[in-house]
Amino acid sequence: MIAELGYLSLTLALAFAILLSVYPMYGAVKGNLRLMQSAPSFALAQFIFTALSFGILIYVTLIDDFTVAYVASHSSTTLPWYYKVTSTWGGHEGAVLLWVLMQTGWTAIVAFASKSLPWQLRARVLSILGFLGLGFILYTLLMSSPFERLLPYYPIEGHDLNPLLQDPGMIIHPPLLYMGYVGLSVSFAFAIAALLMGKLDNTWAKWSRPWTMAAWLFLTLGITIGSWWAYAELGWGGWWFWDPVENASLMPWLVATALIHSLAVTEKRGVFKSWTVLLAIAAFSLTLLGTFIVRSGIIVSVHAFTTDPGRGSFILSFLAIVVGGSLLLYGLRAGTVESTSRYKLFSREVALWLNNLLLCVATLIVLLGTLLPMVHKELGMGTISIGVPFFNQMFFYLLVPFSLLLGLGPMLRWKQNQYSHLMKKLVGALVVTTVITFAWLYSSYENVSTTTLVGVFFALWVCLTGAIDLLEKLSKEGASIAKLGNSFWAMHTAHLGFACVVLGVTLTSAYSVEKQVKVNPGEQVQLNDYSYRFEGVKVVTVFKDNQKVTELYAEKRQYDVGMQVMTEAAIDAKLSRDLYLALGEQLSNGAWALRIYEKPFVRWMWLGGFLMAFAGLFMMLDKRYRRKTAVAAEVKGVTA
Amino acid sequence: MNPRRKKRMFTIIAVLLGIGSAIGLTLYALQENINLFYTPSELIEGKGPNKEKPFVGQKLRIGGMVVPGSVVRNEESLDVEFKLIDTGPLVTIRYHGILPDLFREGQGIVAQGVLIEPNVIEAFEVLAKHDEEYMPADVAEAVKGIKHEKPKYNLNNGGY
Repeated sequence: MIAELGYLSLTLALAFAILLSVYPMYGAVKGNLRLMQSAPSFALAQFIFTALSFGILIYVTLIDDFTVAYVASHSSTTLPWYYKVTSTWGGHEGAVLLWVLMQTGWTAIVAFASKSLPWQLRARVLSILGFLGLGFILYTLLMSSPFERLLPYYPIEGHDLNPLLQDPGMIIHPPLLYMGYVGLSVSFAFAIAALLMGKLDNTWAKWSRPWTMAAWLFLTLGITIGSWWAYAELGWGGWWFWDPVENASLMPWLVATALIHSLAVTEKRGVFKSWTVLLAIAAFSLTLLGTFIVRSGIIVSVHAFTTDPGRGSFILSFLAIVVGGSLLLYGLRAGTVESTSRYKLFSREVALWLNNLLLCVATLIVLLGTLLPMVHKELGMGTISIGVPFFNQMFFYLLVPFSLLLGLGPMLRWKQNQYSHLMKKLVGALVVTTVITFAWLYSSYENVSTTTLVGVFFALWVCLTGAIDLLEKLSKEGASIAKLGNSFWAMHTAHLGFACVVLGVTLTSAYSVEKQVKVNPGEQVQLNDYSYRFEGVKVVTVFKDNQKVTELYAEKRQYDVGMQVMTEAAIDAKLSRDLYLALGEQLSNGAWALRIYEKPFVRWMWLGGFLMAFAGLFMMLDKRYRRKTAVAAEVKGVTA
Repeated sequence: MNPRRKKRMFTIIAVLLGIGSAIGLTLYALQENINLFYTPSELIEGKGPNKEKPFVGQKLRIGGMVVPGSVVRNEESLDVEFKLIDTGPLVTIRYHGILPDLFREGQGIVAQGVLIEPNVIEAFEVLAKHDEEYMPADVAEAVKGIKHEKPKYNLNNGGY
């Protein structure tokens, strides 16, 4: 009975989604204030009923109600309560419901945190969000309800949650990622509302910015934690596989990154307006496309989800309506937008424009690499796969101009600059970076490849130019740490995060060492500076210069319910290197196959991700986004 | 030239250059990294309407079922050799390293590697899906003919 209540509650949420997408919009068009003012209540009701529905799903999972098909196939009585809760989003249907919960949740938050907005805009934004909510709720109800029953024959034990997903990383990774995806729908709604009103101005950019930043922040966190989870859980020491599902999250991230930069230009300078709108549309469309790729089963990936062609067509139709509709609107309205100020070639505007261009190229590359195998197969030309080196190579090419600009950008002023003054600093930075790079790499490593040199060079370049900019701004008269403002510090923190990621990726790719060996108990294996003594099953003692460093416990776990065996890697983590052990299969006479990795600087990658996310948070807390009343744009800003 | 025109020209040149080099580099990188997928019979008998066979030294992916009883381990090292089958001929896979947890005889796997003899592949990656009942879609199609069959309007272009 209770599961049916969950379904019913979601149906009620659907009703409110319909009301939300119709009434306030109608009111906004007709200029009827009372209708517009109904939006927040509808948004809240929509959220409450979705939350109730999700709460019921959690409840039936906790009480092990295996008459519910979803619970029977994703949970079991042996799971601890917290994994029972996570199992509610461990499968397709539950994950979609979680998505709906987040969508309606964001809508409710927007409804109540947008009090400073004029009703005309507020009602439209909420209405558009309501329409998106309507799409997702309808999808859940029609195509993937987690409340279906298995009656009259139901199992007495569930099928268990996939052991891979029984990990703390899994508890937070999907919700964070969905928060990001759904957050982008808010930027999308703002963009469409502004297009509808024909009012694309700095004020709009200013309102949209914190929301976009929030979405980007969650996406960054979600991707970072996902990568860490893959590294720790999959047992082969990889952290990014260019898998379609990963690509589906990377594409919106890349476009969202472009969007937050472009929004900064629009807010500060009143230019790039229509471009910014296009990016907002693209970012959200890519999340929908990503959903389509992941959920339709058109691509097979390690993150397998159940597949169903009907679901694919539903998402594809929704995608067509959203993308087609918004692009049509864009085509009709964007032409009327005029940029209000001028700038020269050598200016921050152009630097940021190039940043956007490069990020979009990166997105296209990922899109190409993800979709090409699909297209190839659909055309009947056989199955192909695109190798990881393709992505790595392309991203390496892009890294060069991107980081060069990234170092340069913050030093540039808006409108125009004088070359001579800047050149001196840049040449200085160039020389110092080169010297440090060569000195560091050649003193620490025997083989230094060009790729490594380039990667490390640019990581240091970004740090150094950032530091120069900081010192210069601080040495100006009357400047203080506080006066520079949150956005300024956030920008440098995020850029530093990017440098950390580049450094981590470069060094760990270049100098990771790996050994796969057969070990007998008591046998010792040497790899680089460390020796590893296999003490019998699980325990490995690690020595360096005959000093014991640590004991590691690599495991094989057998999961009873699904009869699966899982490798549990053991990791000794430090900032400078990770020691990573994974057991392979058991061989004859108590010997085991053992996989040993030493991964230098691998932590820096995730550190960089967290720094970026932190920067996003810092920027959102900027005073100017928390003023109660809407103020006219401050065009004369120094920072982005 | 007035500044406005100059700016516009710069924009256009930059865009063209960007697009040009991006396309060039992409095609170059793609060409090197597309791996065709074969089944054991396609590898031996040729693939597609023209019965194209891979050349020795080609990087490719292969998917099939591990022939029961064919897994041979080297006692001293982690070298392992096994045979893959779909409907007819056998292909030998050599691999050095640890096999995935769910690698079993009789199960479908996908291997990526280089063809070193017409019927021998030196694999650098062996994948088995993390699910008991799972068989890679490519393999399921090739081995059992289970496929989400789309209605075929044109009978001439089937590659299977």
